[in-house]
Amino acid sequence: MLELTQIAKQFNGSVALHALDLNFAHNTTTVLIGPSGCGKSTLLRMIAGLVQPDSGSIRFEGEPLTRDNINDLRHRMGYVIQEGGLFPHLTVQGNVTLMARYLKWPVARIDARLQELAQLVRLTPDMFTRYPAELSGGQRQRVSLMRALMLDPDVLLLDEPLGALDPMIRYELQQELRDIFKQIDKTVVMVTHDIAEAAFFADKLADSIVLLREGRVVQQGSLRDLVQSPAEPFVGQFMTAQREPLEHLQKVLR
Amino acid sequence: MRYTRPVLVALIALMPLVCMPAVVAAVEDKTVINVGSKSFTESVVLGEIIRQLAQAEGLQSPHQAQLGGTRVLWNALLAGEIDVYAEYTGTLMQETLVAEKLTGLDDLEQALRARDLRMTAPLGFNNTYALGVKDDLAQQRDLHAISDLRQHPDLKLGFSSEFMDRADGWPGLQRRYQLPQQDVRGLDHDLAYRGVASGSLHVIDLYATDAEIEYYGLNVLQDDLNYFPAYHAIIVYRAELESRAPQVVRALQQLGGKIDAANMINMNAKVKLQGDSEAKVAREFLAATFNIDTAIQSESVWQRFFRHSREHLLLVLISLSAAIVVSVPLGIWAARQPRVGQLILGVVGIIQTIPSLALFVFMIPLLGIGGPPAVVALFLYSLLPIVRNTYAGLNDIPLHMRESAEALGLPSAERLRVIELPLATRSILAGIKTSAVINVGTAPLAALIGAGGYGQPILTGIRLDDTGLILQGAIPAAVLALAVQGLFEGLERYLLPRGLVGNAI
Ligand SMILES: Nc1ncnc2c1ncn2[C@@H]1O[C@H](COP(=O)(O)OP(=O)(O)OP(=O)(O)O)[C@@H](O)[C@H]1O
Ligand SMILES: [Mg+2]
Repeated sequence: MLELTQIAKQFNGSVALHALDLNFAHNTTTVLIGPSGCGKSTLLRMIAGLVQPDSGSIRFEGEPLTRDNINDLRHRMGYVIQEGGLFPHLTVQGNVTLMARYLKWPVARIDARLQELAQLVRLTPDMFTRYPAELSGGQRQRVSLMRALMLDPDVLLLDEPLGALDPMIRYELQQELRDIFKQIDKTVVMVTHDIAEAAFFADKLADSIVLLREGRVVQQGSLRDLVQSPAEPFVGQFMTAQREPLEHLQKVLR
Repeated sequence: MRYTRPVLVALIALMPLVCMPAVVAAVEDKTVINVGSKSFTESVVLGEIIRQLAQAEGLQSPHQAQLGGTRVLWNALLAGEIDVYAEYTGTLMQETLVAEKLTGLDDLEQALRARDLRMTAPLGFNNTYALGVKDDLAQQRDLHAISDLRQHPDLKLGFSSEFMDRADGWPGLQRRYQLPQQDVRGLDHDLAYRGVASGSLHVIDLYATDAEIEYYGLNVLQDDLNYFPAYHAIIVYRAELESRAPQVVRALQQLGGKIDAANMINMNAKVKLQGDSEAKVAREFLAATFNIDTAIQSESVWQRFFRHSREHLLLVLISLSAAIVVSVPLGIWAARQPRVGQLILGVVGIIQTIPSLALFVFMIPLLGIGGPPAVVALFLYSLLPIVRNTYAGLNDIPLHMRESAEALGLPSAERLRVIELPLATRSILAGIKTSAVINVGTAPLAALIGAGGYGQPILTGIRLDDTGLILQGAIPAAVLALAVQGLFEGLERYLLPRGLVGNAI
């Protein structure tokens, strides 16, 4: 689905990403994890065409991303960020249906899609006329997800979608989000800080976790691979550093 | 519906532009003679005399009264914006044409001819600096000329500070006449008049045709050693009048020698001290001197108020809406292209620092006098706040917000329209409000170049020292400033999406 070949990026002379190769297969979930500043967001923004790689190429179903096709390809990718990125001057409905209206979808189709998505993310229609400032953090992320899914894209890019939520809501939404991913067939690329969350989402056989460090891929594999055969000592250090997830870890491994 | 709002704003903003032609037109007619005058009473009275003379010859002769000083009138005359005005030989020879070192009237006439200008013979009075003493004191001590003061070292002298300091004022005068007085003080001109009236001062400086000379019963001492340069009143006009309106030129020439100092003092006093209109005084003069009877149409206070209101509103509306229409795109451009942005902000900032009168004078050769240059000046002054706030409003949108819009796949122009401009609305409107207040506050100055408006009664009020008249302009101008501010606050309430009210992005 998505093929990154030898993409590299520097910001003002400091390297954010060394030339790296990554493949995201159709209908799989890939979780990007790693210490702060290791280049996770940069990688995602590059796929969304928000940042241009200095070298290398990104292919979407074999087609290289270019300035000319980027907007069309963006219609086939949904992008959700930590803060939600909702437009404060538009209502829930305005945010979600923005692109569909721009693309001149018939009103009936827009309405049907809106209802369908509301059900999927469990939002009631009375929320449609609210503004982002009038929503809770969890509701905001649901709306963001609706907006990302509106055009029924093939790829979902999620940059710490649950990062700003308190642990209770976060836990609840994790469950829901995974259920949603099971209902829809999407290629998901998700960034998280939390190894337990990573394991939770990358739970199918074809799914994988990508551990990044200072702009390089340290190891790609399942949680079991990372724990049982770490590619380098850093992998082990990274796992032990995440104390809280270790309890989960034991549960999962049992 | 929200998407239609920007369009609506643009329409509201453009509407007054439709009225523009009304201001721009109104010139270019072969039978029209444009008369000008400076912003002091004597000049306005002379302007009225010229206007009514031309009117009596059957011509249309609008009078651009009390323009902002010699520079404005001289440039307007050269540019053909006005055809004729009353000037002083001293002003032309000592100031305007000082570089040509003219020595006499013939020289001056030559210099004017070189510019396709003509002058009449001197009107008959010399409005130069002069010294005055009370009539009774003059008789008591037998004072007729300045040299007579030499015999009376005990007299107390009080001069305006300008006269005290100028090399061609008191210091030079004392040297030329060898005046012995020790008690010489500098003080305000009005106080000097009161001092000489009460007897606490004996000799003061004045202009030879000041209205107060008659009122306080003063005697003007003769400058028997010819110390002061002559400021003979003359009328200067464009040479083409000789072919375009020969009868008017003939009438103007007849004015030569017809107005002596007593006559002029009397006319000044009628306006300044008795509150007669300049038109009425001019009419009486023409009736007495040439037996000409001119009808003067007088305006009621309300008619005048409505005229000034219309002029003022038009100035503000046109210049402000044009500024909005131009600045918002400039601000957008600046935000999109940082390098161009620095240039735009720099240029617009520099414009803001040009003093308004300088800008007006600079524009006379390009746009003449009256509405158009005033509108352009006000327009230029209104640019900076809007450009800067549009630029800042767009730049302050958080990166993640801009990227979210981009990641949706919206093309750049669409992002600007539906995301970025609405998010910058508050900042842009704040800029427009600032511009509106600057604009309304500067608009009264437009009266200095004949654009009318509330500045007109303010100027006249200052000239005649009439507080009531000043307030007739100042109060509506202040009310208008408040109203414009209120209007934009209302507009903000209507335009600002609910999602943005009360919370920053
Ligand atoms: N626009 C930019 N300009 C300059 N440097 C940048 C820019 N964006 C990212 N960087 C730098 O690139 C590196 C990678 O940043 P990135 O945001 O991808 O990290 P991250 O892995 O997402 O970190 P976090 O987990 O804290 O979100 C960092 O050193 C960051 O400072
Ligand atoms: Mg990040």
